Amino acid sequence: MTRIRLLLGDEAIAEGALQAGIKGVYAYPGTPSTEITEYIQHSPVSRENGIHCSWSSNEKTAMESALGMSYSGCRSMVCMKHVGMNVAADAFVNSAMTGVNGGLVVVAADDPSMHSSQNEQDSRFYGKFAMVPVLEPSTQQEAYEMAGYAFELSEREKLPVLLRLTTRLAHSRAAVSITDGKPEIRKRPVADDPKSWVLLPANARRRNDDLTARQPYLERLSGDSPFFRTVMSGNGNGKGIIACGTGYNYVMENRAVQSGFHLMKISQYPVPSEKISDFSGQCSEILVVEDGQPFLEEQVRGIVGRGYPLKGRLSGDLPRTGELNPDNVAAAMGLKNARVFDIPEGIVPRPPALCEGCGHRDVYIALNKVLADYPEAKVFADIGCYTLGALPPFCAIDSCVDMGASITMAKGAADAGLCPAVAVIGDSTFTHSGMTGLLDAVNDGSNITVIISDNLTTAMTGGQDSAGTDKFEAICVALGVGRDHVCVVVPVPKNMDEITEVIREELGYDGVSVIIPRRECMQTLARKRRIARKNQEEGK
Amino acid sequence: MKKDIILSGVGGQGILSIATIIGDAAVRAGLNLKQAEVHGMSQRGGEVESGLRLSDTEIFSDLVPLGTADIILSMEPMEALRYLPYLHEGGYVITSSSPFRNIGNYPEERVMSVLSSMDNAVTIDIEEIAGKNAMPKSANVILLGAAAGYLGILSPEQLAESIRNVFAPKGERIVEMNLRAFETGREYGRRQ
Repeated sequence: MTRIRLLLGDEAIAEGALQAGIKGVYAYPGTPSTEITEYIQHSPVSRENGIHCSWSSNEKTAMESALGMSYSGCRSMVCMKHVGMNVAADAFVNSAMTGVNGGLVVVAADDPSMHSSQNEQDSRFYGKFAMVPVLEPSTQQEAYEMAGYAFELSEREKLPVLLRLTTRLAHSRAAVSITDGKPEIRKRPVADDPKSWVLLPANARRRNDDLTARQPYLERLSGDSPFFRTVMSGNGNGKGIIACGTGYNYVMENRAVQSGFHLMKISQYPVPSEKISDFSGQCSEILVVEDGQPFLEEQVRGIVGRGYPLKGRLSGDLPRTGELNPDNVAAAMGLKNARVFDIPEGIVPRPPALCEGCGHRDVYIALNKVLADYPEAKVFADIGCYTLGALPPFCAIDSCVDMGASITMAKGAADAGLCPAVAVIGDSTFTHSGMTGLLDAVNDGSNITVIISDNLTTAMTGGQDSAGTDKFEAICVALGVGRDHVCVVVPVPKNMDEITEVIREELGYDGVSVIIPRRECMQTLARKRRIARKNQEEGK
Repeated sequence: MKKDIILSGVGGQGILSIATIIGDAAVRAGLNLKQAEVHGMSQRGGEVESGLRLSDTEIFSDLVPLGTADIILSMEPMEALRYLPYLHEGGYVITSSSPFRNIGNYPEERVMSVLSSMDNAVTIDIEEIAGKNAMPKSANVILLGAAAGYLGILSPEQLAESIRNVFAPKGERIVEMNLRAFETGREYGRRQ
């Protein structure tokens, strides 16, 4: 039985994974990947089948837990945004060396144009780096079908499989035809093969040789994939297009085949080089259309050689950075765009801002007040809603780089003599990647003041559970911060004098101090109240 | 037949609920649909936009190409104008006329004068209507009601059916309020 459901690309992957009989999903929230895990959390199948779906502390713990689940013979999935791949990379790359037992699928959601990210890195490079198969869906339907295909592929080839998508697919909704039915959890015997799983150099060398030797085979699999296709235009002009992911959709929107282009759609990597070589022989020139960095274009260049007329992001026919759209793809195809109205003069940007009444606001107001007396002070912030403290009216932070960097950058700056060095980090970011840095600072007795702005949730991504809730004082003391220098305040306007006093006092302390302003996120609070009201109305 | 709609507004104004209702109606009517949403940081009180594409033939691109949208449906007047490059000549702008002033330099006079100079702009004081009819939480559904006559590809009855569907989990009281909001919006849409 099949039925039609309106699903985001993210949700389609989640549905496909549930149908494939996963025993667990492991993830840390990150736009545009969050909805995959949330869909599984809200699915009745998860409760019925006891599927693990609570959030992990970070992408590395997620990746390793999933590998453990695979070891024990069950199918598991890991989901993250592209920069999460950096955090998970150690485990990810080495999971290609151990190989897997139960199917293991790693989903990386890339964010070209950086709608909600700090860089534009392309996760396909990680797949190539680790020498594992990478899948790239174009549509929501493919996202659904590829999830199941990915688990089959992973289990058959005994390798982790990377499933890469981009924001436009992750966050776009379309009708998906799904199989109805209660999926059964797949279970294989527990792995019993220390020669594969213990990566001592002697074992690892053998594994590395095996994996390297299998690359031509994996290339052939990409060309034989059910999602790969080549369409030769009947009224061909000799020009060819190689497209993948959402790039394929834009090419189709512009009626590529009807316009005379031969078309090759790539959906799996490593790139099927023989097929590309044959295709290039049948075309007078090729346009490569891919969302993200010129990953495919560089490899096609390697296959067709230096003299071949190849167009894409590197040639300047498509923009070098930023996401593709139907318009820039039409231009690269030499088609005429529709006439457009201009944005009327005088329309001003409306940047995002911290919510009215948000506790982070009170933290920045207090911090700005105190630091007005310290012109040398620098504030190292982190990833979360509170990064918006960079914008007016606060202009309160001097850096935001990667998860956890606030504490360690403040430490390094303090080591160089910068004073006062202040770190601002959220509760969820602290447990993601801040704790180890705090231990470094404690061990070195670095003179830093750390503000853990605790709103009891992972707010930026929509209010997911935060791993350290109720544990922060204990964590800081256990890491060695002096009990007297772990101070909790409630960030509301009426407490402003107390908060500024605490900040002033801890800035004066030569060592590591932690201030925890704690007040629930306005959005989470409002949601809880809505649910409570609804339950009350229904007499629950 | 195809209909490309740009939904716009400020984060939190409920444009995704409008998209959900139209999406439900489209699927029930057997239409193809693609709806590109905005999540994450851009939602925090900033400008938000969602492209909604409906068609009886296959839709490829999740994004609406520039210069091809049939309707810009906006919860906020300046946000309607921001996406004007998506509209085709002869397309409609249907927008709330109530400015959302969360920025210091809001160009209110300019926004209003541009809107009033446009032939195909329908402006409706959604906030006032919502206040007067005691349905403050349904401003977005009032706007959908006002636009119902312009959609063409879906009938107002199909949309009302989907309002029932979409709000059913929130209880009968919410369903009734939104149906009332939809009808109220339709009346104002007809007057324009």
